[in-house]
Amino acid sequence: MSKPVLRVQDLAVTFTSYTGGLLSRRERQLRAVDGISFDLEPGETLGVVGESGSGKSTLARAILGLIKASRGRVMWRGEDLTVLDEEALRQKRKEIQIVFQDPVASLNPRMTAGDIIAEPLWTFYPNMERLQVEERTRGMMKMVGLLPNQINKYPHEFSGGQCQRIGIARSLVLNPKLLVCDEPVSALDVSIQAQIINLLKDLQKKLGLALIFIAHDLSVVRHISDRVMVMYMGQAMEVSEKASLYRRPLHPYTNALMKSVPVPDPKLAAAARQDSWLKGDMPSPYQRPKGCIFHNRCPLRVKRCEADVPALRRMENGDWVACHRAEELNLSIQGIT
Amino acid sequence: MALLRVCNLEVDFDTPDGVVKAVNGMSFEVAEGETLAIVGESGSGKSQMVLSFMGLLAENGHARGEAFFHDKDLLKMNPRDLNRIRGKHIAMIFQDPMTSLNPFLTIEKQMAEVVMHHQGLGREEARSHAVEMLRAVRIPDPEERIKQYPHEYSGGMRQRVMIAIGLLCEPELLIADEPSTALDVTVQAQITELVNELRAHTRMSLILITHDLAAVAEVADRIVVMYAGEAVETGNVDDIFYRPQHPYTRGLLASVPRLDRESDDELQAIPGNPPNLLELPEGCRFRDRCVEASEQCRQRPPLWVTKDGRSSRCVLPIEGGEILEEPAVAEKTA
Repeated sequence: MSKPVLRVQDLAVTFTSYTGGLLSRRERQLRAVDGISFDLEPGETLGVVGESGSGKSTLARAILGLIKASRGRVMWRGEDLTVLDEEALRQKRKEIQIVFQDPVASLNPRMTAGDIIAEPLWTFYPNMERLQVEERTRGMMKMVGLLPNQINKYPHEFSGGQCQRIGIARSLVLNPKLLVCDEPVSALDVSIQAQIINLLKDLQKKLGLALIFIAHDLSVVRHISDRVMVMYMGQAMEVSEKASLYRRPLHPYTNALMKSVPVPDPKLAAAARQDSWLKGDMPSPYQRPKGCIFHNRCPLRVKRCEADVPALRRMENGDWVACHRAEELNLSIQGIT
Repeated sequence: MALLRVCNLEVDFDTPDGVVKAVNGMSFEVAEGETLAIVGESGSGKSQMVLSFMGLLAENGHARGEAFFHDKDLLKMNPRDLNRIRGKHIAMIFQDPMTSLNPFLTIEKQMAEVVMHHQGLGREEARSHAVEMLRAVRIPDPEERIKQYPHEYSGGMRQRVMIAIGLLCEPELLIADEPSTALDVTVQAQITELVNELRAHTRMSLILITHDLAAVAEVADRIVVMYAGEAVETGNVDDIFYRPQHPYTRGLLASVPRLDRESDDELQAIPGNPPNLLELPEGCRFRDRCVEASEQCRQRPPLWVTKDGRSSRCVLPIEGGEILEEPAVAEKTA
């Protein structure tokens, strides 16, 4: 194993909000990210999956320092990003970049594709020659599968998939070492999603990037991930190697997410639906269940789950899981096939 | 007889850049109790087509053709008559449950309004009817929750409310435009289950619009695949999933990432992007992205039709299919 570039240790983000009137004001704490730890090696991809409200986007922003962590450390190549001042952190952004979910909304409609992609260069290297910037911009466009002669077009002249390519080119123009992709394909047509996933995978191989790839759908991260972390209400339920996770998920929540993925086959889909067993919504983040935070939606809960909090622990094969019953449960998606 | 029969429907938009042809000669039928899925990428015209016969096109939009609901043409109806049908006989659910509900009104107010208007019920009656509907779409504790505002509901629950509103007047046809696209997969699965329950317990017809074939595998009876404003393939659900004929349908199916198979290194994508509707290519519109395209595809491809209602617009023949003569209307617009 090579040395990790990123070590996230017990990272937590808490938001404080206030309810009630002026005089009866009460403070409420929302634990969006609650003690997440993982290592990421150079060139490795960690998939992060969970429902809306699981804290996956907050985790991404906390790693980049866009949101202040309330606890824990983000060690980037040996240096703790959470204690850096604004300017030092800004300099680190050359190395860590983000791709956002909505490819159209995240691009400035008044800027041309070329300006959008080149902007980070102007910001970080204001003395760079104009020609050099343009050359680099055209190079980036080619690399992400855009035509360099589209450099003067505006975002509205591109399709959703092409806009996401612009977003990716912009995030890579500074030669980062880590790319955080926050649901980069959720807003795209299924037919276009695969293009973007394959593109990211190619670029990663070519540039040796480490990737954090966030999605709400386990089927989307499968092709690109080396390891997958499943999050629920700000906590890691399972962190497993891809091969073992998709063959035999350890956590009932992972299993539930898998069974929710629609199967493009009428007969299999009907069969799979018979034991779809994730009922209800995620509880309010202000009313975290006691014991295992997943227990009230878990069809496999036992008495113990209502009282004891399961620790995230290492299994024999090296995967991590936070479930009391991980050993005895034999979850698998074989039932579908 | 079909409940809804759409014939040679065309939708154009006047824009500063020219006329955008969003829908080009679509024809299809929905029988009573049938669920029809309309599948296509963004910009394929699937939503605009439905909006056109619901009388909901933007001001610069124009619709031509016929859309018979029972024996009345929705496209020729005056707004007053159309209003009597919309919400009562035909209901529609939109993609984004966040923005489709009025944030300033309680759920009760928004639901009661519908039945008081269409069925002339009093407030109390309307309320109990609304509670009943919320219960039918599996909203827990409906008596209490009906007093709440939309922001107090989760995304999935809001979409359930939208469905409940759609069902209030027991419509004969429910149109759902990407009802679960904005939702988590877990919630999508729950909505699919709900739709299936509705299909089992009512005689209602359904039109489901989606970009994801997998999402309708379980619920559709028949499927129309749209590309750049026209139907490229039509068939029953088993035909489309097990024996797809058109290369575009095959591409859509292959691009669905699957968990029930061993993973491949490369995900299958349909190369390229949907065409610009302002400058549609001559001949087959899918040509530039088609892996099976040949010289022949520079001509407008024929429409193959079988006796059991399958069709495909492609140079590749389909089994048991005959070439249907082009209706004159379609030629005129070319």
